[in-house]
Amino acid sequence: MMKSLHIEAAKCTGCLQCEMACSFENYGTFNPAKSRIKVFEFHETGTKVPYTCTQCSEAWCLKACPVDAITKDKSTGAMMVNEATCVGCKVCTIACPFGTINYVADTGKVQKCDLCEGSPACADACPTGAITFIDADSTGIDRMRAWAAKLENQTAGHAD
Amino acid sequence: MAWQRKILRVDLTAGTCTSEPLNMEWAKIYLGQRGLATKYFVEEVAPSVEPMSPANKLIFATGPLTGTMASTGGRYSVITKGPLTGAIACSNSGGYWGAELKMAGWDMVIFEGRAASPVYLHIENDTATLHDASALWGKTTWDVEPALRKIHQDSQLKISSIGRAGENGVLYAAVINDLHRAAGRSGVGAVMGSKNLKAIAVRGTKGVAGVKDPKAFMKATQAAKAVLAGNAVTGEGLPKFGTQVLMNVINEVGAMPTRNFRDVQFEGAKDISAEAMHAPRESDGKANLVTNQACFGCTIACGRISKLDQTHYTVVNKPEYWGASGGLEYEAAWALGSANGVNDLEALTYANFVCNEDGFDPISFGATVGAVMELYQMGVLTKEQLGIEAPFGSAKALTYFAECTAKGEGFGPEIGLGSKRLTAKYGHPDLSMTVKGQEFPAYDPRGIQGMGLAYATSNRGACHLRGYTVASEVLGIPIKTDPLETEGKAGLVKAFQDATAVFDSAGICVFTSFAWTLADVAPQLDAACEGDWSLDNLNMVGERIWNMERQFNNAAGFTAKDDNLPKRLLTEAAKTGPAKGLVAGLDKMLPEYYAERGWDTEGRPTAATVERLGL
Repeated sequence: MMKSLHIEAAKCTGCLQCEMACSFENYGTFNPAKSRIKVFEFHETGTKVPYTCTQCSEAWCLKACPVDAITKDKSTGAMMVNEATCVGCKVCTIACPFGTINYVADTGKVQKCDLCEGSPACADACPTGAITFIDADSTGIDRMRAWAAKLENQTAGHAD
Repeated sequence: MAWQRKILRVDLTAGTCTSEPLNMEWAKIYLGQRGLATKYFVEEVAPSVEPMSPANKLIFATGPLTGTMASTGGRYSVITKGPLTGAIACSNSGGYWGAELKMAGWDMVIFEGRAASPVYLHIENDTATLHDASALWGKTTWDVEPALRKIHQDSQLKISSIGRAGENGVLYAAVINDLHRAAGRSGVGAVMGSKNLKAIAVRGTKGVAGVKDPKAFMKATQAAKAVLAGNAVTGEGLPKFGTQVLMNVINEVGAMPTRNFRDVQFEGAKDISAEAMHAPRESDGKANLVTNQACFGCTIACGRISKLDQTHYTVVNKPEYWGASGGLEYEAAWALGSANGVNDLEALTYANFVCNEDGFDPISFGATVGAVMELYQMGVLTKEQLGIEAPFGSAKALTYFAECTAKGEGFGPEIGLGSKRLTAKYGHPDLSMTVKGQEFPAYDPRGIQGMGLAYATSNRGACHLRGYTVASEVLGIPIKTDPLETEGKAGLVKAFQDATAVFDSAGICVFTSFAWTLADVAPQLDAACEGDWSLDNLNMVGERIWNMERQFNNAAGFTAKDDNLPKRLLTEAAKTGPAKGLVAGLDKMLPEYYAERGWDTEGRPTAATVERLGL
């Protein structure tokens, strides 16, 4: 089963455990500055929103890369950056409409979410279930269930 | 190694920033943050120093777990000699700033001297520079944060700053970071203002690398997070209700100080409780509470984010207060509410916003207003002096005083003195509900006896965060004790005080101690840090820190006479509730406490104690 990261912003508290887990997984340090997932806080409304690459089926980054350094991992569906091939031209960072692929000055390459070989550290670290890694074909299932529950209540009401 | 092993020394008089290696010999016996920064402070500053003078120093310190995946690992403390008390001051804050400082590669920043004109410090990893802050002086913390991000064209800057209260020398001015997190108590913001230091803006992209044993550390922190998640207080009560979960509980046990401690129960408690924050308002159908929020690394998320009712008298036509911001925690709800007999939730929330915006401690402010209202009821202070009628229960007086104190206008500068100086000035020093000059928090020691001893002996003046025996006496953590009993409380207070000193020195939040004991902290520290962080040694570290602070205070002129409570709590019995007829039984606990501590009858650590602790 193909899985994808699923984000429910309403559950996010802004703790940044996901950012630390990401940097620890990829660089062995606790460093939100190197995280591929970022949590945005909108203080006027009190909202916190985690955001990262959604692994487009037809990925802008992949298509834009002039040296074919970005390829799709068939088992996870993740767009992978081959660091040995990447020349750090940053064209992919321009092409991506979402800003989720970024240049890393330290390495001279770009980085993006690679789904941690199918076991994303951010989802493991999230204490509230705001980030989960679930069936890519059913990411709406919990919302459907919630709305179904409302119908169920209505139906139960009619039966009384 | 979880320390960055580097400190930044900023000489404000000379205008220089220099890097020094962290003293690792001290780190291995004082851990970090509160303990380690206090060690630096007592080594470098004379106990007799005038708090608002250039000779005083101001230290911003992180702990070894700050900026790691340990739950709540985002704390920092501000250490100085406090102007409200004249004692050691150490105020702890969450938010994101502390972790950012650590990520920039620094364990702490030591400020010394005084700048000739307003400055702010900008830190970008290894580079630290002082800049002119003339254009920021007079601005609130809410204006300073976006202004600095714009100046440096860096939306990711984290900022701690003072508002006008810190500039104006309000003696309980706070340091505010991330808009509404505060190093709140004892006037650390006033010291910052006295140094002409407006803000510290930090961007750190280096991270925290090289914890001692990464695999063991991840395992230990995951186990500890599971303990927090599975605990009724940290896993359910705090995320849902915040510390406000306590409002109705403490009122029921008859330990809710009300109207300047005249009463121990507040008839309006339900109106300002967590439940009230959740309930839809009559005016707009929306709840005061918008959401909860975590600080850096925190898997509890007790923070409150609130929105005001736009039709409330405090904010009509003031859209700058209509956005979501830091809502009421229990201590603020009590101090702004019960302490003054005010039950208007929106007024309290507004006053709390103002405290954050201009940087002052809502506990000391609210408790001082309580004393002002009592003086008004007695006819000692008049409407002409105050600028408003101020009987107990007046929300309008409370919010007016908050604005005056923030801006330094009208009667505000008098309220900014704190209740000890204010009541003395108007001839009624007995009405000041303080220890060592600092106002009480939200637990009446007549109804929770152990807290009387905890207040009397707290090294930073009356405080709930130095030994929170409420956990045991009311909540049964780790074991239930009788709140009306004095017996056994000396040992309990000592145990809480010593353990808390470790939590405060590790870089984690003391609220974890609702679920964690030091046995949960030890494996995390041990995996992160070189040295001996066994449970036994941690207990010793906590006791060592406590005694170091005590020695500083003793040398600064405090004696056993200052380990006291106001006359009201010792002679006027509780009128209602389970504690009806009781006064605070401090005299029954204090001698035993001194003995437990290994102090002489004057409250001084004996030579044997000093030697045992390696002080």
